[in-house]
Amino acid sequence: MGKYFDMLQEDVRVKEGLAACMNCGICTGVCPAAAYYDYDPRQIVNTVQTKDDAAIEKLLRSDTIWYCGECMSCRPRCPRGNTPGYIIQALRSLSQRLGFFVDSEKGRQQLALKRTIGQNIMRTGYCIRPDLVDPDLHPEQGPVWRWIHDNDKDVFERFGQNYCKPGVGACRKIDDRSMEEIHRIFEVTGGTKFFENIEECSDKKAHEMGYAQGADDTYFMDVLTVNSGTHSEK
Amino acid sequence: MKIAWKEYQKDIADDNYFYARSCIRQNFFPGSEAAFLNILRQDLGRDVYEDPRHTSCTGIGYHSDIVPLETIMTVVARQFSLMTEAGYENFVPSCITSFGIYSEALELWHDFPELEEKAHEYLYKATGREFKKPKNLAHTSDVIYHHREEIAAKAKRKLVNVETGRPLRGVEHIGCHYAKIFPKAGVGGSEFPYVLAGMIEAWGGEVVDYPERRHCCGFGFRNYLVMANRGYSIANSKQKFESMAPYKPDFIVANCPGCAMFLDKWQYAISEMEGTFYGPDRQGIPVLTYEELAGLVLGYDPWDLGMQMHQVAVEPLLDKLGVEYDPSAKYLGKDGKFIGKPEECAIGSYTKNIL
Repeated sequence: MGKYFDMLQEDVRVKEGLAACMNCGICTGVCPAAAYYDYDPRQIVNTVQTKDDAAIEKLLRSDTIWYCGECMSCRPRCPRGNTPGYIIQALRSLSQRLGFFVDSEKGRQQLALKRTIGQNIMRTGYCIRPDLVDPDLHPEQGPVWRWIHDNDKDVFERFGQNYCKPGVGACRKIDDRSMEEIHRIFEVTGGTKFFENIEECSDKKAHEMGYAQGADDTYFMDVLTVNSGTHSEK
Repeated sequence: MKIAWKEYQKDIADDNYFYARSCIRQNFFPGSEAAFLNILRQDLGRDVYEDPRHTSCTGIGYHSDIVPLETIMTVVARQFSLMTEAGYENFVPSCITSFGIYSEALELWHDFPELEEKAHEYLYKATGREFKKPKNLAHTSDVIYHHREEIAAKAKRKLVNVETGRPLRGVEHIGCHYAKIFPKAGVGGSEFPYVLAGMIEAWGGEVVDYPERRHCCGFGFRNYLVMANRGYSIANSKQKFESMAPYKPDFIVANCPGCAMFLDKWQYAISEMEGTFYGPDRQGIPVLTYEELAGLVLGYDPWDLGMQMHQVAVEPLLDKLGVEYDPSAKYLGKDGKFIGKPEECAIGSYTKNIL
């Protein structure tokens, strides 16, 4: 008993975010995820503080830990100074390190995030760039965004000369040396390995789920777009 | 209670800023970033330095849980290293997510000095760089807030309805990561944020109070970025719109570039999905960045500010403010180049009522 709790304790966010929780539930009261999903951050914090391995493993393999939006609205409200959002971050990190994230629909979405935001960072130095926000995958962005996306260079030129080019300015091209430094930082700090682990675990799971080619584009599109509709039942 | 914000004050440097761009702001509001630099440098005569080598802070990746803490802390250390190299001490990020990230790194390094040591080691090993921490960390909106009276003194117009003479009513949305993570890092803290309210009041407008004022815009990182989860995002924005609409705001001003984008785009999506409009006459509520608000007050052209990149038509607000604008120039490129127009939709369209 306590193996997973000890692993969580190695994450400073648990040291910062968890003293004894008295189960008042104010975090749940203020939580946007609790308003939308079948979700209760109070219960998560309580489960973690029981140090019960079986209960924590169940959490690590569940959809539950993936509902939080990390808005951190819980943080200033807790009368004990806890931060359920930090505990969620630590649970998500551990779930991925242990490969448990692929056991839930919401957890499997980490591959989609790695292949969009993660790949954008490694390719461009930005989390997003206009040419990478595809209007077909973002219908909510509306016709103005499609116009911007289709005429990106002309639209951006009005606000500076360096769109996708070297120099200063909005959405400039980041120089090769700086990109090398970012890649080196990811290697040295374990970021690259973390990405690789998401890929490997997803590929294995995809095969198990019957995707003959593993975590290919079909699997990627499925984890990005499919919602089983079972997450908001109250 | 109205003066409770005064208990939460922060030091905001007066000059010599090292500027870090925002992934989302430069993507959706490049005119706002240009306006910030123009206002600071040209209107206020301040020194702002931008190093072309700076990158994303990777905060969206961190809050999507794909970028580990050690990695983002070292990316933060690299940004500080560029600031140190340039001889600056006042770090000014243009993004609320980034502002939360920099604040978190500084707090964790304070509480766990071994982590700061590790960030130095990682950065040196990866890049050969060294860094000093900033003496002052302020969000770009803090800087505009700091200069709000100077801007008011140079104003070409006030936030007043030119036809009725009444102050315009503004909803301010400060964004969760401005003050909910580190209340002491935000003007007014998390309960009584004053950074945007202070601008609205200084420029002659009136701040709208409403029940869901502190509610999240609904970004929720993975809850928007993953297509399957977007119901969370639009549902939370809708909760805010329904709460604010009865107060009849003339505009929304947002601190965080993500919030500004979502509160604009989700109004469009709701109007298309269910025919609901939160403004009068099948209009939306225009959503502004604080740079756009400051720019309009200072007399900048709305299309130079990039307001044509909004999905909700901004013209109803421009007319109330008495801003002169050329409707035919709205979607032109540089030097008047015709580059096509967006397809029309109800919330993006506006025809001036001529009596």
